[in-house]
Amino acid sequence: MLTILLDGIAYGMLLFVLASGLSVTLGLMNFINLAHGAFAMVGGYVTALLMNRAGAPFLLTLPLAFLIPALIGVALERTLYRRLYGASPLDQVLFSIGLVFMAMPIANFFLGDQPQQVHLPPWLSGRLEFHGVGIGVYRLFIIAVCGVAAAALQIFLVKTRFGARLRAAVDDARVASGLGVDVDRLFAITFAVGSGLAGLGGALAADVVGGIDPSFPLKYMVTFLIVVTIGGSNGILGALVGSLLLGVLDVAGKYYVPSIGAFIIYFVMVVTLILRPQGLFARGDAR
Amino acid sequence: MKPNYLISGLALAAVLASAPAKAGDDTVNVGLILPMTGPSASTGKQERAGAELYIQQHGDKVAGKTIALIVKDDTGAPDVTKRLAEELVGNDHAAALMGFGLTPLALAVAPVATAAKVPEIVTAAATAMITEKSPYIVRTSFTLPQASAPMAEWCLKNNIKKVVTIVTDYGPGVDAEKWFGETFTKGGGTIAEAIRVPLKNPDFAPFLQRVKDDAPDAVFVFVPSGFGAAFMKQFVERGLDKSGVKLIGTGDVTDDDLLADIGDSALGAVTTHHYSVAHDSPENKAFVAAFEKANGGMRPNFMAVAAYDGMALLYQSLEKTKGATDGDALIAAMKGAAWMSPRGPVSIDPDTRDIVQTIYVRRVEKKDGQLYNVEFGSIPNVKDPYKASKK
Amino acid sequence: MSAAQTLDEKAKLEAHLRRHERWRWSEIAFWAAILVLIFALPSRAGLLNEILIAGLFALSLDLILGLTGVVSLGQAAFFGVGAYGAAILSAYGLSEPTLGLLLASALAALLGLATAPLLLRGSDLTRLMVTMGVSLMLGELANRNSWLTGGADGLNIAMSPVLGLFPIGFTGQRNAALYSFVVLFLLFVGARRLAQSPFGLSLTAVRENRLRAGALGISTSRRIIGIYALSAAYAGAAGALLAQTTQIVSLDVFDFHRSADVMLMLIIGGAGYLYGGIVGATVFIVLKDVISGATPEYWEFWIGGLLVVLVLIGRDNMRELARRRIKTILPGAAK
Repeated sequence: MLTILLDGIAYGMLLFVLASGLSVTLGLMNFINLAHGAFAMVGGYVTALLMNRAGAPFLLTLPLAFLIPALIGVALERTLYRRLYGASPLDQVLFSIGLVFMAMPIANFFLGDQPQQVHLPPWLSGRLEFHGVGIGVYRLFIIAVCGVAAAALQIFLVKTRFGARLRAAVDDARVASGLGVDVDRLFAITFAVGSGLAGLGGALAADVVGGIDPSFPLKYMVTFLIVVTIGGSNGILGALVGSLLLGVLDVAGKYYVPSIGAFIIYFVMVVTLILRPQGLFARGDAR
Repeated sequence: MKPNYLISGLALAAVLASAPAKAGDDTVNVGLILPMTGPSASTGKQERAGAELYIQQHGDKVAGKTIALIVKDDTGAPDVTKRLAEELVGNDHAAALMGFGLTPLALAVAPVATAAKVPEIVTAAATAMITEKSPYIVRTSFTLPQASAPMAEWCLKNNIKKVVTIVTDYGPGVDAEKWFGETFTKGGGTIAEAIRVPLKNPDFAPFLQRVKDDAPDAVFVFVPSGFGAAFMKQFVERGLDKSGVKLIGTGDVTDDDLLADIGDSALGAVTTHHYSVAHDSPENKAFVAAFEKANGGMRPNFMAVAAYDGMALLYQSLEKTKGATDGDALIAAMKGAAWMSPRGPVSIDPDTRDIVQTIYVRRVEKKDGQLYNVEFGSIPNVKDPYKASKK
Repeated sequence: MSAAQTLDEKAKLEAHLRRHERWRWSEIAFWAAILVLIFALPSRAGLLNEILIAGLFALSLDLILGLTGVVSLGQAAFFGVGAYGAAILSAYGLSEPTLGLLLASALAALLGLATAPLLLRGSDLTRLMVTMGVSLMLGELANRNSWLTGGADGLNIAMSPVLGLFPIGFTGQRNAALYSFVVLFLLFVGARRLAQSPFGLSLTAVRENRLRAGALGISTSRRIIGIYALSAAYAGAAGALLAQTTQIVSLDVFDFHRSADVMLMLIIGGAGYLYGGIVGATVFIVLKDVISGATPEYWEFWIGGLLVVLVLIGRDNMRELARRRIKTILPGAAK
């Protein structure tokens, strides 16, 4: 039973890293970016390809899995996304869906449609048994890495000046700009970090979900959105709680009642939205 | 805002302008309807390659007619499949329809085949009851009962007494679970638990945890081709391979297309299936070599072979009817057809129009640094047990 | 105000309301053209049928999005309920299409009524997510209950002739297209009258500025619930038509891509004037058919590109909607 709990936490942490970027762009920039999954896919492919074709060690690929999507994110943000910051949520949704629709065939064309696998190094494989509770070494690794990422993000936002400026810019961009905050640059960096996190998440998730294939963005888009919706838009804590909750409920649900399947996460989302339409951790009722 | 007449006008003009394919007296149009996009896209890719390889090898002329293959993407949506079938038959005068990557897609076209009297050659979908839905349906792929029942028999002979079954929750999966289960329990085995996994986004971890807790002798698996890798990984990650639980199942979980990606975690898995790329016959060696050459080194799998054989069947039947494309004549010619396929000897059962073939028992082994499903046992002339049991 | 002035005002008001009531020649030509196409191109009846059904589906979205400004990514829920409703009714013996259609869309309307309150609270994002969540849940329910819905294998049904006279099976494809046409036309006429009625005008007020409309004494919640239920009925009718004319229904009617596709059709055609859905459906389906014929594996790329370009260039009325929406959603946005 504890095993299931640990599994759920691992899954939840993974969801967190994947969805945190989305939560960042949504909560901090008020932009609904459904193409988030595409950045995750890029990160996953970076790791898989570097490992399979260039023989790079797993750990080394992770920073690149962060960096490359981040760079792509900045490029897209500068050219396309920034035009839609003031647009309706609907326009943003449609735009990002359009991007996903373009990204998937591109991946298919260059990389084929079979899932690219990430083969973990031996020191990350295997299980640890501890008084009857088992946990995969890799899942522990995921929990650790994602935990560090979460903590880093939170400290960054709350304790650094950059974080303070970012929060100011989100609260009221015009005033912040008037105070000398370079809002444009801020948003670009934030978007980059969000995309980078997605890429890292994709790289980490590749092993768990059975490989990265071109349909990855659509398959998991709904899951990310649910995390963000349940967690609310108030920064990192909401996304973390949302992910953990979802992860544990999903895994436990499938174990104890296998016939329920995916139903439980949709159900939880709808119930949460009925009770608290802004998500569990909303930013205050003024919005 | 005024309606945009320009756009609607252009659109309607496009509808009018799209001309149907020519079906002259000497051209035989064959509609190949496959999911080329969406989750089953890999099926479409393999099948198309298989069908095109046959035409490439044998030329496009048979019995005085020229074969024209028309490939259509149904995106895995049955209403689209049906519409495409209707258009192929109505506009392009297709003499045969082939493909159908999933059960609902094959079922959707059955009424079209019956009404238009056009043979529907199923080269992918594997639920047993499909061929019963129209007298014009012929199958060259396989059925899950055909592959699952022999697995149960192998278990009984090899001291496996307690099994947990995990299958994907849709037609073929349910077939596999039922036929393995019944054959196994009739022979004295016990099914500790029958778990069904959702078709979309399966995360096998919690289900495998249950398997581990049940501690059976073996776990019988059916997942659609494409999911094998995810399953294997989780199997190893749970430590199940070290815990003495044998991995058995139908060959879909060790799909040739994916074996290289699955990696060593698949070693030792025993499966039953109708085709392995490592099948040791001159026909298969030639087939694999030609396929890899034509497709940039891509390995063929059982989907490709089924499409290849579908074309073979069509060619044979046209020769028997001396080029006549009348649906009834073609079906009559197909019944009882027998030939040597890359997978081994196959024939079409005249009573059920389903395929009769050899089922092999194989184990995943490494040869020359690559993973293969190596055959070590076989059961010849296996008919589909579902329909056989109805007699 | 004197009595004469009041009468004068009333007359002016009525004249204003009546102004658009009469059918313009262009509208008559539009519908006549479709009818002619159905008879002139019997080989394309399947495609035309698909376009008409999609047009009806998009019309249902136009009722809530175009007229009332309520966003939804979950119209597939009602589409699916209508489709399965009609299919299950037929499987259990009610195989006369028109009755099945009525019952199925009534069922969808009920679902709309039940889920409408979810739309009233929260932001646009909440609405998008909730509506999507509901349709996904229904999809899962349909998947789980394969005893009723046939699960992943789908349901194959047989329909008796419409009104006992017009068979709509494989040999009756043109009849099927005509059946869809008649249903679409009748429902369109209803929607048109609604849009021009006082109720319809109040919906426009709700769309333009919900707060102000409320301040004027318009009960916005009741209106939103009402139009949502109606749009659900329309979407359900579209689903029922699909099930009845193609005689098969499967789980993908609840898929997210159905809701997304219909949204795309409405964007292409333009929202808010009721014809946009049909125009957009025509363009989208024909384009998809043509592109997919040319490149079966990569057509999604071009559709995605089209979407991106469309959004960047912007659609006139979408821009308008957006400008009004921004004030209520993003009070702190700089732009």
